[in-house]
Amino acid sequence: MRHTTAASAAAPRTGHRAPPPSQSPDGPALGASVERREGHEKVRGTARYAAEYHPHGRVYAWPVPATVSRGRVVRVDDAEALDLPGVLAVLTPDTAPRLGDAGDAVLRVLQDDRVPHRGWYVALVVAETLEAARAAAAAVHVDYETEPHDAALTADHPDAYIPESVNGGYPAVRERGDPDAAFEAAQVRVDTGYRVPPEHNQPMEPHAATAEWHGDRLTLHDSDQGASAVGAALAALFELPEDHVTVVAEHVGGGFGSKGTPRPHAVLAAMAARQVGRPVTLALPRRHLPAIVGHRPPTLHRIRLGADRGGRLTSLVHEITTQTSRVKEFVEQAATPGRTMYGCEHSRTVHRAVPLDVPTPSWMRAPGVAPGMYALESAMDELAGTLGLDPIELRVRNDTDREPDSDRPFSSRHLVDCLREGADRFGWAGRDPRPGSDRRGALLIGTGVASALYPVHFQPSLATAHALPDGSHVVRVAAADIGTGSRTVLAQIAADALGVPLDRVRAEVGSSALPTAPLAGGSSGTASWGTAVHEACTALAGRLAEHRGPLPPEGLRETADTSDAADRGAGYARDAFGAHFAEVQVDTDSGEVRIRRLLGVFAAGHVLNARTARSQFLGGMTMGAGMALMEGSTMEPSFGDFTETDLALYHVPSHADIADIEAHWIDEEDAHLNPMGSKGIGEIGIVGTAAAVGNAVHHATGVRYRELPLTPDRILAGLSGAVAAAS
Amino acid sequence: MKPYAYVRAATLDEATAAYAGHSGAHYLGGGTNLVDLMKLGVTAPDALVDISRLPLDGIELRPDGALRIGATARNSDIAAHPVVRDRWPVLSQALLAGASGQLRNIATAGGNLLQRTRCPFFQDTAKPCNKRRPGSGCAAREGSHRDHAVLGHSPHCIATHPSDMAVALAALDATVELHGTGGERSVPAAEFHRLPGDRPEQDTVLRPGELITAIVLPPHSAGLPSAYRKARDRASYAFALASVAALVEVQDGLVRRSALAFGALAHRPWRAHRAEEALRGVEPTRAAVERAVDAELASAEPLRDNAYKVPLARNLACEVLTRLAGPR
Repeated sequence: MRHTTAASAAAPRTGHRAPPPSQSPDGPALGASVERREGHEKVRGTARYAAEYHPHGRVYAWPVPATVSRGRVVRVDDAEALDLPGVLAVLTPDTAPRLGDAGDAVLRVLQDDRVPHRGWYVALVVAETLEAARAAAAAVHVDYETEPHDAALTADHPDAYIPESVNGGYPAVRERGDPDAAFEAAQVRVDTGYRVPPEHNQPMEPHAATAEWHGDRLTLHDSDQGASAVGAALAALFELPEDHVTVVAEHVGGGFGSKGTPRPHAVLAAMAARQVGRPVTLALPRRHLPAIVGHRPPTLHRIRLGADRGGRLTSLVHEITTQTSRVKEFVEQAATPGRTMYGCEHSRTVHRAVPLDVPTPSWMRAPGVAPGMYALESAMDELAGTLGLDPIELRVRNDTDREPDSDRPFSSRHLVDCLREGADRFGWAGRDPRPGSDRRGALLIGTGVASALYPVHFQPSLATAHALPDGSHVVRVAAADIGTGSRTVLAQIAADALGVPLDRVRAEVGSSALPTAPLAGGSSGTASWGTAVHEACTALAGRLAEHRGPLPPEGLRETADTSDAADRGAGYARDAFGAHFAEVQVDTDSGEVRIRRLLGVFAAGHVLNARTARSQFLGGMTMGAGMALMEGSTMEPSFGDFTETDLALYHVPSHADIADIEAHWIDEEDAHLNPMGSKGIGEIGIVGTAAAVGNAVHHATGVRYRELPLTPDRILAGLSGAVAAAS
Repeated sequence: MKPYAYVRAATLDEATAAYAGHSGAHYLGGGTNLVDLMKLGVTAPDALVDISRLPLDGIELRPDGALRIGATARNSDIAAHPVVRDRWPVLSQALLAGASGQLRNIATAGGNLLQRTRCPFFQDTAKPCNKRRPGSGCAAREGSHRDHAVLGHSPHCIATHPSDMAVALAALDATVELHGTGGERSVPAAEFHRLPGDRPEQDTVLRPGELITAIVLPPHSAGLPSAYRKARDRASYAFALASVAALVEVQDGLVRRSALAFGALAHRPWRAHRAEEALRGVEPTRAAVERAVDAELASAEPLRDNAYKVPLARNLACEVLTRLAGPR
């Protein structure tokens, strides 16, 4: 194990993995701090995004969202819209092309008259200009037959049910021992509840696609997290051979999960282009995103922790209730962290879902784990307070080398090291544990800690490696670079496997025409694509080593397919761990909370690119700070939609909200992961952050806030309650 | 899109004539709010009369000590103006508390006053809103209204005015100079915006075709201790949950004069005359300040989800007034 700091992240790694066949004179590329390959293009504005492709004759589409909360479309009157200048077509449930089945109900747009929720698309206008399309969309008159709707989530909702499984394929319920009896018998008990509101991915680039048909071949420039999956879905929907569809997503302006599955914009663009016989661009308006591209559903948590007086957990019960739509089932796996985090003999984790007339929830950065760890790590803080035990010490005492739920050993687990390293760097020692003990004028200052967790995922992928006669190399894989730097890190992986300098390797990603690859999601991209790239390059290096004389003009090429690769992790539980530390100030006049310091330490295998890894950690932590302090939307029960649909109302953090932020990591050696020795890093940064901030707010104020986000209205209400309780 | 006429006015009279000559005309300044509303379909002008190039962007200190700020002066230029910073710091602070650097660079003084509410129902043409479509109802009253008014609202509308600048102007006794076909007139900034009553579609007292030409800061509010404080959901680039603009003049230990205005509590900047009256001539102790502010906020009528605004505004006002009245 080696300690790396963000500041000295460029330091070379220790050579603990099998050396490449021949070492580059510059040392290994993996672990170095390498600039993003497309960074200059992006900064200069020359990197092209999906809506910025303008094939000849390109026209624009604008969708029409339903304005009722549930019901049926009775009639679409498009006469006025079609009369407007420049309008080419209006697609409706009656007139739109029929689609095949791609196994995802949210993609079956304009296929029937059903309105499952407000904002569901009921028509699509195509026009010569964006402005004409938008104006015509407003001129489409839709008559509805409305039905009573229900959009209000409550913990005791009569329709709540326990699903067969939850997102990620996890069982909805897991139980060990006798958690109820153990809780009742516990020397110390915490029985608490937390609420996390709906949250929205809000990538900087809204979902967009430019579709162009040549006969029965479709080319789609798309903004997505996985071109192969989008291509396969479109082929199924339009009933085409997969090789007739090419999806290109060269640059993607963020996704945070909302572009992880194919989305309706891609289907509509392709549909419209086929209908009007011209290329069509559809860029979703920002305000449509919450209803169309998924959201993190609200979660209502109840947690019961029983412990002995020494702080060892004897019972852990985490039960959540969340919402799903009537379009398809999606159940946020928010009770899963308790299955992994702490040793505890008796445990039950339960998910309940309530189907409502609301937009369909989906993946948002660290689905399940982010809200689940907010609740669990807040409850752990409550338990530490009840015990009078330091919250770090409580976590240390409940560390475990086997995953409680599966009883498998962890392939590596450095949670305690992260907590200790973070405590040192943060200056935790000597902290006065008494809440409200640091008052400076109107400000209350407090500090908090929370653990972080994210599971290791891996998916099979293809990749090719190609050696060219000029001495350069190209690796190809339909990976997605959503701003994370995957293009860059795949070139690093290739360079080391080939034993050549990094500048001799080009990585081609972002097209379904490349070797089929899984999506960028579940923090699995680098591991999944990288393993295939590593294998292809290793095979190519072997052939090159045996090759005598100049390469043939077409070069040498090797393909890897990791579908049947042996699982290095068989028999092990594999997760990344981390620790967050926050120092906040709470203004008792204004109720405003500001983060003075935020510090994270992560143990996520071998960190492959110090620069882009740091960005991932800091980005996740910043999103976690937003989750803590300002992110969240309101499901308006009377309308069945979200009130906060633009970035003026849906707040994400500004630089001024976090005065100081640092990410550090502990480099792990773990032979049970993949050839690079890496765990995913895209999501762990958001896991636990909100709990650390909330715990710091409790330490500052003495008030335990149990509903996010911690906005001034809630803070003031809590402070006045505390005053009332004290007086 | 809906076609509209675009007229670039070279003179004031050209501007008002162009407005008069087109039904459904709107004046266009920086466009930071109007263009958004056009995209949303909230506003659909038949004509835009572009006044951004009129020679109205000067900021001029008059011999009598008043400051005349031209209507098309950019928010950032006003905020950075040395005389503003020195003599009326509350205005500079209020401007800098609003929007973002990019928006302040393009937004004009007049446009800042005329920006529309950010009530989400006003901005969503598929939902009822009496301000956007008179008689259609108010979706906010029973819906999301955490950000809405606690003072001076009506059964028809609970929207707030979003400007920070206007709150400072109300406290400074600024006046708004208007040019219309009927001639010139000026209106106190604190009375420029209306309360909603049964005409929430009417934000201001502007008459049809009237154009804001300038904002005048009077000499009597110059050089006094003044400050702006805003509470918001994030540290930058967010509208106020509540704000206060205040100035206090203390002489011989007693308040000679004070001015207090609240933002984000009402359909207009809320000049707190009752509080000012209560403070006049008294020693500005914390208790006296609290009594004065409470006297003003006694008329607050919070809704289901915005009662927090009353203690929030109270805390902000007491903190700012006490600070300004304190030893310097």
